[in-house]
Amino acid sequence: MRTSSIQTILLTTALCALAGGQVVLGSSKARASFAPPAPPTDLVANDLPWDGGGTVQIDWAASATPADQLKGYEILAHELEVTPRDAAIETDEAADRAAAEETQSLLEGEGIAPEDARRQAALSTPEFVSPPEDVSEWSSLGIVPATQTDYQATGLNKAGVYLFKIRAIGLEGDFSAATASSGEIRPVAAFFNGRKLPLLITLILIASAVFVFIVLARRGMPMRIRKIAGLAAVDEAVGRATEMGRSILYINGIQDMDDLQTVAGVTVLGRVAKTAAEYDAKIEVPTSRSLVMTAAREAVQSSYFSAGRPDAYNPDLIYYVTDEQFGFVAYISGMMTREKPAACFYMGSFFAESLILAETGNSVGAIQIAGTANPSQLPFFVAACDYTLIGEEFFAASAYLSGQPDQLGSLKGQDVGKILVGIVIIIGVTLATLQAITGSDSLEAAVNYLVNVILGS
Amino acid sequence: MQILTRSIPLFITAVAGIVMILSAFFPYTSDWGKFAGQFFNILAAFAFVLGGGNLLKLHLKKISDQRPGWAYSGVVLVCFIVTLFVGLLKIGAYPNPTYPSVHFGGETQGSGSMFWWFYEYAFKPLTSTMFAMLAFYVASAAFRAFRAKNFEAILLLGTAFVVLLGRTFAGVLATGWIPPDSAFSGLRLENLSVYVMQVFNTAGTRAIMIGIALGIASTSMKILLGIDRSFLGSGD
Repeated sequence: MRTSSIQTILLTTALCALAGGQVVLGSSKARASFAPPAPPTDLVANDLPWDGGGTVQIDWAASATPADQLKGYEILAHELEVTPRDAAIETDEAADRAAAEETQSLLEGEGIAPEDARRQAALSTPEFVSPPEDVSEWSSLGIVPATQTDYQATGLNKAGVYLFKIRAIGLEGDFSAATASSGEIRPVAAFFNGRKLPLLITLILIASAVFVFIVLARRGMPMRIRKIAGLAAVDEAVGRATEMGRSILYINGIQDMDDLQTVAGVTVLGRVAKTAAEYDAKIEVPTSRSLVMTAAREAVQSSYFSAGRPDAYNPDLIYYVTDEQFGFVAYISGMMTREKPAACFYMGSFFAESLILAETGNSVGAIQIAGTANPSQLPFFVAACDYTLIGEEFFAASAYLSGQPDQLGSLKGQDVGKILVGIVIIIGVTLATLQAITGSDSLEAAVNYLVNVILGS
Repeated sequence: MQILTRSIPLFITAVAGIVMILSAFFPYTSDWGKFAGQFFNILAAFAFVLGGGNLLKLHLKKISDQRPGWAYSGVVLVCFIVTLFVGLLKIGAYPNPTYPSVHFGGETQGSGSMFWWFYEYAFKPLTSTMFAMLAFYVASAAFRAFRAKNFEAILLLGTAFVVLLGRTFAGVLATGWIPPDSAFSGLRLENLSVYVMQVFNTAGTRAIMIGIALGIASTSMKILLGIDRSFLGSGD
């Protein structure tokens, strides 16, 4: 018993000595890590120039505490509710709104005078609120590594006014005192969004190429376009419908005229309708939007006129069904099953209904041609239709079917765009591969510039 | 007449298009873009009347001609008129709490209203039924697409097999014997499936997307310059 007590005492003493030694050895480090870190200094916040608004550039001087003893810096922001000047404007606007609303809502009751409404609104307008002293009430925008001394705060309210502070975070999660708050910053939009400059340059290059080739085509430069099987099959599909004495069904997608795919679909409709008019085939165009119905009627009527068959044009065959996606699908599926069209065209923007429509068309034995620029729906059309115009082929359909030189010239200009994209891809792949092999910082910066600035615009 | 049917629409198209482009690059003009977009909403609102009128005309004609399936047109008309009546008169809608004395102040689609009841207990089940049919169509389309007719089809079938199996428990079980930390862990079906989707599928999709983007730019250019006028019914 006594022996074991002595052993326990010796063991405890040894452990204490060991612990003491560790404390002595690591004393300087321990002191540094348990004391709160020194705060960063020289905080400067500025509205980022040449941007679309909502971004502030924040810079600061590093904390006196070494970076390896810090977890990072926390960026704090506070949006002022209203400045006194804004409050006055807000008061007037609120008063006007309140007066208008009250007058409208109390048609039969006692109207409220605009002056009274103005006063009421002024009373209810919040006064300027000073930023809270306690930084825990400020919003944290994020924590950056201790080696970083700048930050871009994005996604801020363009009309808001912000204050910023920075504080260092120690390894134990202890915070330094926050810096003094920055001045009031309003992250306004610049006249020109410089971040989109690469996009603007690309757009100008592609648009110029399209324009130049259109001019060259008009001057007689020969333009060649490869055969697009889906468009070459239009005559075959219309001819088949004529032979079988059945109708042609044309679906122009389920989006409105503000979608470029719908516009392209109407363009193709014009060409298909012209062929149908020449073959004396019946073409039926149910639409899911009223405006599309109107545009489709114009296009079909024009085609019948240009085919020399104005008498054969029947506007009742181009009609509105419903805006509802699955209501539209239910109608089309039922109609297909009952009337068994010989040819079905799906040209436009489609979503989940693509497969239901194409499979129903397949089940009634129709020859089917689809075209869409929705990549997620392309596999369904490829699986269920005879021919599918994939993405750009769909947009090229108008030029292909018309055969007009200036339209074909625009396709040539589009090819210049493809060459540009190809060059950028090759440069990017080469830089990224070399960077991975060499680990070079400058190459990494070049890759980041390409990804974040050029492609990010 | 030529001015009304061609020149003015082309001018409006060009102005609206240029305003939209400007609003993308010049933040101060972003409101112009929104303003131009509002015109479309106004047009679409008028077009609703046009669409409703067309719907009535078409189905009334079908009923009067007693064409095959005319009874369905009767159902469409009854549903259309009842829904319109219920929606416009806000039948069963709770009053607006801010203005309780004002008639028609409540929300048409507010919970408990008859319009809401139609939506919840008639419209939603019907659309869900149509959507559910997609499952069967996917199976039938997959069966046809995955027939090994030639080399490309065999390649497609093999890839589809890996991706489909890799997303099921059976796939995980089938190659579970390959140690996850070994050099061959990439051959586990669940990892192969992810690889196919992240590398091959993404590369293919991006290629299509680039083509689409260029096609959109070129088509927009043609429309803005008035080269492609077929959407106005004057293609040639």
